[in-house]
Amino acid sequence: MNIAVCVSHVPDTATRIVIGKDEKSIDQAGVTYIINPYDEFAVEEALKTKEKFGGEVIVISVGNDSSKETIRKALAMGADRGILLKDENPRDSFSIAKALADEIKIQNCELVFMGKQSVDYDNSITGQITSELLGYSCITIVVDLKIENNKIIAEREIEGGKEVVESELPAIITTQKGLNEPRYASLKGIMAAKKKVIEEKPALQTDNLTEVLLMKKPAPKNPGRILGTDSSAIPELVKLLHEEAKVI
Amino acid sequence: MANKILGILEQREGKLKKVSFEVLSVVADLAEKLNLESEALVVGNEIQNIDETLNYGVNKITHLKNENLSAYSSSGYTDIISEYAKELNAKYLVFANTALGKDLAPRISVRINGGCIVDCIHFEISNGEFIATRPVYAGKALVDVKFRSDINIITLRPNVFKPLKKDKSSSAIITVKDIQNVNLKTRTIEFKKSEGKLDVAEADIIVSGGRGLKGPENFYLVENLAEVLGGAVGASRAAVDAGWRPHNEQVGQTGKTVSPSLYIACGISGAIQHLAGMSSSKYIVAINKDKEAPIFNIADYGIVGDALEILPKLTDEIKQLKS
Repeated sequence: MNIAVCVSHVPDTATRIVIGKDEKSIDQAGVTYIINPYDEFAVEEALKTKEKFGGEVIVISVGNDSSKETIRKALAMGADRGILLKDENPRDSFSIAKALADEIKIQNCELVFMGKQSVDYDNSITGQITSELLGYSCITIVVDLKIENNKIIAEREIEGGKEVVESELPAIITTQKGLNEPRYASLKGIMAAKKKVIEEKPALQTDNLTEVLLMKKPAPKNPGRILGTDSSAIPELVKLLHEEAKVI
Repeated sequence: MANKILGILEQREGKLKKVSFEVLSVVADLAEKLNLESEALVVGNEIQNIDETLNYGVNKITHLKNENLSAYSSSGYTDIISEYAKELNAKYLVFANTALGKDLAPRISVRINGGCIVDCIHFEISNGEFIATRPVYAGKALVDVKFRSDINIITLRPNVFKPLKKDKSSSAIITVKDIQNVNLKTRTIEFKKSEGKLDVAEADIIVSGGRGLKGPENFYLVENLAEVLGGAVGASRAAVDAGWRPHNEQVGQTGKTVSPSLYIACGISGAIQHLAGMSSSKYIVAINKDKEAPIFNIADYGIVGDALEILPKLTDEIKQLKS
């Protein structure tokens, strides 16, 4: 079974966001990029699935040259080969999904993993759109997964609990923290990754269905009040919450 | 003519969720501003509180009913709602940005050829053009986004839009339609309720604990305060990574992004990735020993002190207020 893992190259979560000159994206100066944290669970799950059923794990990313770093990271964890679908222009989730679906079809992957969202645009819709374009099943926010024959039983995290979902292959699984413990890339893995192939090709051209007009910082919060340095401040806090904020 | 706006309501175990009334209010509001006819749709089996939907200014409510639809089925719900939206020729679809809404909206967008803007916190109509504002980078920045599609799908961040009751119009009606042959290729076979009573993503009040709680054994202090306030328990990434609390309680960039009315951070210093997930809360209280902790920069009210000492007394004081 060929397994695809779709990864995205995103700013580290510790990044202080500065708005770029175009006022539509962030200023990339000094920003460290990492593999999207949720995609690490996707890579791990793909590797575990391959260990069980055999096949090839193919890492796919849509982006510019710098995304190769993130593909390389997944290869160092143990994935077999990478594909970079190149595009320098910003894409919305829909056009990213179109490019991914196109490549997943070419690679004939029956099972696809990706993070439940990427921590830059936080859309969390790419997996679902890709699945619809391919006619695959899709289970999102997965924290537990079992695959047997063509059947999938997955637990997905929802408000107030977990939904146990049954479905069938071919499928896209979007991964959530808790699904597994992503392995570290060993030195051997890092060395081996350098020799693994990353194929580069232009991403399928398609139109965006949404357009970012402006990126801005949220209005700064007014500095608050320190009410005290011990428990004597508690009555005042309760009074303010009750009478001023009116939230209790 | 595509002149309809359709709200998709959400029920769990036969009861409409609070966020569905927020959806109704937004549908009524946008219908007026964009000069559209409003309608709302709920998929499920028996729905106890469906009558309440008629008080929010949307006069046509349709309940698509089948006994296999009480629990969520992505394949079934996608088929049914897409067909309905196509037949109605809806120009706008409005969902809640919940696990269900987020799962469903993008699938339906493909079926009906619509653009999809999720997690909206504000709308504006400027020169007849619809513009939505949504957080990115977990709230470290915001973007204004417009559609380039003919059919437009939005999801609303819960707890942001007020559910506004209106006078019930005499023409308001609920229609129930039975659905046959549900596509159950992907279906829910069980729901495992988590131990906590309330989920951070849905709570109006959240009490969160971090490393300053010193260990999992002290989290009962956070739980007690949350219980007195009728709120949910949250946790910092440090507390979750240390194994003190389950991941579904984590607030922050790799956990949940929340906007409750009141957020009480106990023993949380306020790493940037935590602040990103909760700084849009309406009121923030910080209790922390370190007066330099970044959490105080965004807190409305702060007490510099040991959470272990402050929490029990604060819980007692609020109990007194409530009694």
